[in-house]
Amino acid sequence: MSIAVSHGHDATLIGLDAEHAGPASKRIVTGFGFWIFILSDMVMFSCFFAAYAVLLGETNGGPSGAELFNLKNVAVETACLLLSSFACGMASIAAEVRNHLWFQIAMAVTCVLGLAFLAIEFHEFADLVARGAGPSRSAFLSAFFTLVGCHGLHVSGGILWLLTMMAQVFAKGFRADILRRFLCFALFWHALDIIWVAVFSVVYLLGSAV
Amino acid sequence: MSDVELRHQTDLAPGDEEQVSVKVRVLGYLIGLGLAILLTATSFFVAGTDLVWQPSIPVAIIVLAIAQMGVHLVFFLHITTGPDNSNNVLALAFGLLIVFLVIGGSLWIMANLNHNMLPMDQIMQMQR
Amino acid sequence: MLGKLSWYAIPFDQPIPLVTGAVVLVVILAVLVWIVLAGHLPYLWREWITSVDHKRIGVMYTLLACVMLLRGFSDAIMMRAQQALAFHSNGFLPPEHYNQIFSAHGTIMIFFVAMPFVIGLMNLVVPLQLGVRDVAFPTLNSVGFWLTATGALLVNISLVVGEFARTGWLPYPPLSELTYSPGVGVDYYLWSLEISGVGTLVAGINLVTTVLKIRTRGMNYMRMPIFCWTTLASNLLIIAAFPILTATLAMLILDRYLGFHFFTNTGGGNVMMFMNLIWAWGHPEVYILVLPAFGIFSEVISTFSGKPLFGYRSMVLATMAICVISFMVWLHHFFTMGAGPNVNAIFGIASMIIAVPTGVKIYNWLFTMFAGRIRFTTPMMWSIGFMVTFIIGGLTGVLVAVPPADFLLHNSLFLVAHFHNVIIGGVLFGAFAGYTYWFPKAFGFRLHEGWGIASFWFWLIGFYVAFFPLYAVGFLGMTRRMQHYDVAEWKPWLDLASVGAGLVLAGIICQIMQLVVSIRHREELRDVTGDPWDGRSLEWATASPPPVFNFAFMPHVTSEDPYWAMKRRAQVEGDAKEPDYQPIEMPRNSPTGFVCAFFATVTGFALIWHIWWMAIVALIGAYATFVVFAWRDHDEYEIPAEEVARLDRANREARRELVTAAGSV
Repeated sequence: MSIAVSHGHDATLIGLDAEHAGPASKRIVTGFGFWIFILSDMVMFSCFFAAYAVLLGETNGGPSGAELFNLKNVAVETACLLLSSFACGMASIAAEVRNHLWFQIAMAVTCVLGLAFLAIEFHEFADLVARGAGPSRSAFLSAFFTLVGCHGLHVSGGILWLLTMMAQVFAKGFRADILRRFLCFALFWHALDIIWVAVFSVVYLLGSAV
Repeated sequence: MSDVELRHQTDLAPGDEEQVSVKVRVLGYLIGLGLAILLTATSFFVAGTDLVWQPSIPVAIIVLAIAQMGVHLVFFLHITTGPDNSNNVLALAFGLLIVFLVIGGSLWIMANLNHNMLPMDQIMQMQR
Repeated sequence: MLGKLSWYAIPFDQPIPLVTGAVVLVVILAVLVWIVLAGHLPYLWREWITSVDHKRIGVMYTLLACVMLLRGFSDAIMMRAQQALAFHSNGFLPPEHYNQIFSAHGTIMIFFVAMPFVIGLMNLVVPLQLGVRDVAFPTLNSVGFWLTATGALLVNISLVVGEFARTGWLPYPPLSELTYSPGVGVDYYLWSLEISGVGTLVAGINLVTTVLKIRTRGMNYMRMPIFCWTTLASNLLIIAAFPILTATLAMLILDRYLGFHFFTNTGGGNVMMFMNLIWAWGHPEVYILVLPAFGIFSEVISTFSGKPLFGYRSMVLATMAICVISFMVWLHHFFTMGAGPNVNAIFGIASMIIAVPTGVKIYNWLFTMFAGRIRFTTPMMWSIGFMVTFIIGGLTGVLVAVPPADFLLHNSLFLVAHFHNVIIGGVLFGAFAGYTYWFPKAFGFRLHEGWGIASFWFWLIGFYVAFFPLYAVGFLGMTRRMQHYDVAEWKPWLDLASVGAGLVLAGIICQIMQLVVSIRHREELRDVTGDPWDGRSLEWATASPPPVFNFAFMPHVTSEDPYWAMKRRAQVEGDAKEPDYQPIEMPRNSPTGFVCAFFATVTGFALIWHIWWMAIVALIGAYATFVVFAWRDHDEYEIPAEEVARLDRANREARRELVTAAGSV
């Protein structure tokens, strides 16, 4: 069950005489596979960003970002997600040292912060729709709701996954395959925060500075 | 499937970090958190302030965003430039290339098209 | 209760889909009844449907491709027939029907023939060539296959329940928006591709991880077969490009379902953005298709010339160059849609540059053949046919890559001829070569050579007779997708094209005969040793078909063409002594893929017909499937050492004769 890693020279670089050692361990295989899935997800988000950038000015006579965005809410959302990333990191450490209590606590904190983020975002969306600035009002708003909403959907999926992981560790302990899945979850959760950095910078901050 | 139990790993799974003590690990995350908070606060400040030369604001926000992503990659995701991480970094580089091509290419093309073509509502007018 | 679904969805007033649908339904039911009554269902469930073995999944992908080839080709025959008849006449297919046919033809051929064919061959072969036991994520592999099958199923259901899209194989707005396509046709297209797109992405992740992280000892990057390099490049493109398709189709779905304004005429939507994004996916897609074909040709040409591949390093560089540049040319699909000369020029030049690495490959193949002892087997014939045909197709591609020329040729039949030239000449010929080459590995007996050669000649001549007239008629000004026409000059060419379609039909019939005859005579065609072609790479070191674990011991590779080196060593050193057999752990089969796909089909169908409660229930079902799968405690089973020994000994015995007999090869 050890995930100890010792380092030799890298034998996988092209052209070196060092011979390839054989198939990688399951943890590396799983982690790498999930990593490239995350990269593919980033390409998908980049399409939504591109669409947002192209449709930025298409407000169809309706409100623009500057008129709609509440930067206080965005700051709180950002804090929630950033702190949840830190909490997730603590959960990673707890999993490494096989500490059940700290793992569940850290995951619970991550969950609460994630739910707080979602609550604020949901509230923002509902408010916009009530003000007649819903996604069908204009192309700009369609792009805004899709980009930010897609991120929110990923966070929601992440919360579902988080709860499933807490249940699995509780029921089956720190088994090797469950640890591998948790590695993937941690990659996912941190990647969501990276996407959020892009979202709040490009959509909210640049949108309000105009 | 891995009946070849490896004694010498030559690379790391993405997200794994080298074997160090708990204290050092927590410190790593704390430093990352601190840097991220600093950069984020700066971002928000720059967006709202009059103290900075206005035209530089978009560039500043984007640079700060890239820095924040870097902090996340290094301190939270442990993606470093060590030889045991090269596969992971190469994959990231490829992904970033595609992201830049898609966003940059789309922006360039769409700007070109919008410059050359009539706006949609004028085209619709012509249809009637 | 049932959304938009009603009895009117069934095309009682259109005889062709109605009769076709009825016949197909009867055939499917008959097959299912026979399977159940003959007691084959437990075997099928245990050995195929729930299998996570890459070899079985590869075969199923290929089977899906072949079946869908028949459907896509029927659409093609109908289109050729319509155009032959519709001179100063309305032909036999009204426009609403004809438009669905050409849309279905393109959609099925690209997504459910070409993609599954190459993915199937990569799945079957790559782990064997890398000397390992399976791909990186076996259960995920099964999920990917079944989701692809879901997409194919949904498209075919549209034939009898509802309608298909009338927009062409890429649903350009505003025609594909709700205002101008209010029916369910575009929705069938969208959900089918969103679902199968997930399957393709999963396959992409699987194969990239396999090539990068799961290779046998000593298999450095520069010792991998070229087919593995092209697999890597193609699947990197899948990972990079398919998210773009997912996002763009999602935006169209949001427009149609929730009244968003991404691509609408009103509300500020930007129609051109769809073209831009969809082709940013669309161009890499064609390289996803052709790169594995290039890899297949490298393997086949090297084997049947009896020489190692010429210029291995330049092949690798050319492959990776194509991989990267393919993401820099996509505007050439819409030169005529309003971009300025600077943008057009840059993308035009990039499109010409991408022809250079392909040229490098062609020279390498030619030099591989030079001074070799060439055996003109069926796969080799497909390869030679490919080289001639693909060069011509590539040249016409460079021609339309010149923006001013493209302004005249865009969306004419010249363009149609060009892309069929490269897809048929490149992808399909490669798939057929690979199918013939690796069939004995998958099933344990070769395909009948005579029928194979016959099918090749019918396909080759048929292709030229069917498509070269289209170049001519494109120059004469004919636009694509015409349901009727009245220009007399075009008629003789279109008639000739129909003859060509008939020749291709003969080729397909030969292929079906080949399969039937080969199965009948499988004992005479049996591949006893596992190495029917005197191959060079590791897949030929296994039995045909390989045992579930592929290799009793994963080989230790010390050079390129590792199996060739092993055979030389065995001739010199004599028989190696029997190894100390160990038990082997393999992943358990799982119904996850099939069950997931079942829920995906229900979700897709429900969303198409706006049956919201059904969609929600099915999504919950899909999530529950994941949780059940994640909760299992035993994901592997052990094959005892005696079983490993028994299987391996049988193959070693058969090979002993080959090595002693083949002294001078």
